[in-house]
Amino acid sequence: MDKFGFAISQQRQIDFEANRRDIAEYISEKEPSFRVCIECGCCAATCTTGNFTPFSLRELLILLKRGENDKVRDNINKCMLCGKCTLVCPRGVNTRNVISLAREAFQDRIKNAV
Amino acid sequence: MQFDPFIIPFNIGLYFILIYAVVRSVMWFRDLSKQDKLRLQRGFFGRSFGQSLKEIFMESLLHRKIFKTNFRLGYMHMSLAFGWFLLILFGTLEADIFGSSHLNAPYKAIFFKYFNPDHGRAGFEAVWSFVMDFLLAVILSGLIIAIIKRLYSRIVGMKKTTKLRPLDKVALTSLWMIFPSRLIAESFTSGAYGTGSFLTGSLGSWLASFLPAHEMAYPFWWLYSLSLGTFFVLLPLTRYMHIPTELFLIFARNSGITTGDKAGAFTDIQTYSCSSCGICIDACQLNFSTGITNIQSAYLLKGIRNNENVKDIAFNCLMCGRCDQKCPVGIELTPIRMLRRRAGETEHVEKSILKRYFPDKPSFNPVKVSEKPSFDFLPSSRPVKADVVYFAGCMTHLTPSIRNSMIKILDASGVKYKFIDENGGVCCGRPLMLAGQDKEARELINFNSKLILKSGAQTLVTSCPICYKVFRESYYLDIEVLHHTQFIKNLIDEGSLKLNFMRKKVVYHTPCDLGRGSGVYDEPRDVLRYVSRLQKTDFDNENSLCCGGSLGNMKISYKQKQIIAADAAARLTKDNPEILATSCPLCKKTLAAATETKVADIAEIVAEAIMLPNLMKEKSNPMLIVKEPVTI
Ligand code: SF4
Ligand code: SF4
Ligand code: SF4
Ligand code: SF4
Repeated sequence: MDKFGFAISQQRQIDFEANRRDIAEYISEKEPSFRVCIECGCCAATCTTGNFTPFSLRELLILLKRGENDKVRDNINKCMLCGKCTLVCPRGVNTRNVISLAREAFQDRIKNAV
Repeated sequence: MQFDPFIIPFNIGLYFILIYAVVRSVMWFRDLSKQDKLRLQRGFFGRSFGQSLKEIFMESLLHRKIFKTNFRLGYMHMSLAFGWFLLILFGTLEADIFGSSHLNAPYKAIFFKYFNPDHGRAGFEAVWSFVMDFLLAVILSGLIIAIIKRLYSRIVGMKKTTKLRPLDKVALTSLWMIFPSRLIAESFTSGAYGTGSFLTGSLGSWLASFLPAHEMAYPFWWLYSLSLGTFFVLLPLTRYMHIPTELFLIFARNSGITTGDKAGAFTDIQTYSCSSCGICIDACQLNFSTGITNIQSAYLLKGIRNNENVKDIAFNCLMCGRCDQKCPVGIELTPIRMLRRRAGETEHVEKSILKRYFPDKPSFNPVKVSEKPSFDFLPSSRPVKADVVYFAGCMTHLTPSIRNSMIKILDASGVKYKFIDENGGVCCGRPLMLAGQDKEARELINFNSKLILKSGAQTLVTSCPICYKVFRESYYLDIEVLHHTQFIKNLIDEGSLKLNFMRKKVVYHTPCDLGRGSGVYDEPRDVLRYVSRLQKTDFDNENSLCCGGSLGNMKISYKQKQIIAADAAARLTKDNPEILATSCPLCKKTLAAATETKVADIAEIVAEAIMLPNLMKEKSNPMLIVKEPVTI
């Protein structure tokens, strides 16, 4: 939203060949509540980190599900694990565990995926 | 010279275990850090020595704390430990008084009956025999309970004990054989000579009536000696290692050594001191509310001892500290779990027998999440100046009524304060620590420390027990840190806060991190007593429950948290109080969703009770005009 103008927009096509869903699958296997997220954004609205920087858990969760892992990898460590998002989530998603699992996955677990 | 080859296994075992205990103690001492070595030396030659001896008597022999929690279990442990101790003591005295010489080798006392079969016919000797028989009977009764307990829990599947390894089986069998074989051996000998008291004498004469007692006795003396010897040699490989280790632990603890935040010899000692009594399993809400029975501290320690990968166990825990509080050995279970969380994934190593007798120095590398700092996006802090700073914390921001009540109280009491995270602050760092990410937590701690120190404040007040605990333990702040309940108590005592008494029945739920975690029990109760009719519950103070919302556990599901919360709320509101009071925003939020009873933070109750004249100042604060309706 920062730049209003006629810049050529980025490609928006989702390339299912290039995207890797391993991490999303790894997470939903270990934390099934990841699957029931409705992408409502309550978590991002209350986020402690989001107060300081454009960090949105909702966005990261969507990207994870799509398998666009690059942005997630760059940003997931910004979360402070404070737990506000878990408390406000209307679907009872265990967000802290989702974030932890994602970190773990980017760390070492699924080496080839990222 | 009284000698018989059957004493050899016993002698080998006894001298082996004595030498082993010394070597292992030296190894532990060697692995302690420099300061801890000094502490232990000072403690050993200082005043705490007597205290340690007393504790060894009360806990390692009498098992007073187990008695307190569970009488049958206490009797079992006491009869085995204290009974055996007395049997050895009286046996030694017996050999000394009635034997052929003084200061005998241990085997002469243990096998006294064999070498002096004529002893105990009449007079003082008979009285002594009676005592020895009585002690043996006490031990045997304890043993029977132990065997029933093991078989019974197997049948009902209460405890999921991992399969015993062959060596454990041998050790356990030999332990179970010791006293029955002594009974039978002594009975046969007594039967053959017509001696013995009510137990060995009667059993002996009955056995002798249809068996050749004289010939039968000898193999059982062999069996007795063999079981003792085997048990002693295998003891370091089994959980019975806790017997010698606990002695070392008691000395170390009384010298002031604590777990701290580094794994080392002391953690190792504590790990081996667990007697697998199972009290931590009974205390755990994950067990009695949600039926998760494989993550309790006994299993954690067992996993660590066996070099398993205990990551899943370490993370599936509320970190409520109930087990810590109840552990009769006094093992610092939550700090140990914290260390394991930091260690993350470890590999299971099957150790060789030699390595199991002499394990390597414990070491593991903390996991690193990333090389780069994670929180470099945080702005540099703007200094605010004040004597008192109020840090609400993330959770308080999610419960605005608590935050508003605090503002109301602060305003009404006329304290000059600054609200440092008014527009949303940075997390205190404890949630990251609970997730094992210490390095990242440090970044947040540094950020907040700077903010607090720059304010020049003398007092830091927080509403959240999670923040309170970490401020006190992991921040290096040289100022007074108060939880809001303590702060309110001070205000009341000074007279700067005038409150009405409200005739409400209130019960108080102690939050884990405030109570067991930080030892603040009295101030919240004092405040509540001042404004309301505080009632008792079955779960007061140290025995308080966890609300289930703990940030310590990321592994249980939302459902399971709800079950724990509902269970806790139901137990707390058994006597139908009007208000279930607590002093933690997270507890409030969790419990409120689980019960019909009104749940309120102490700050809310106090804010409601403020006398009117005090409230005049409050008008100046626009935040309070649109406040949540407080429905107390
Ligand atoms: S609040 Fe819950 S359901 Fe909504 S986007 Fe976040 S995780 Fe998904
Ligand atoms: S846990 Fe992380 S994502 Fe959730 S609110 Fe806190 S900082 Fe934001
Ligand atoms: S940790 Fe403590 S309470 Fe638990 S089994 Fe071991 S000794 Fe008993
Ligand atoms: S800290 Fe609490 S949840 Fe964890 S094992 Fe102990 S009693 Fe159970």
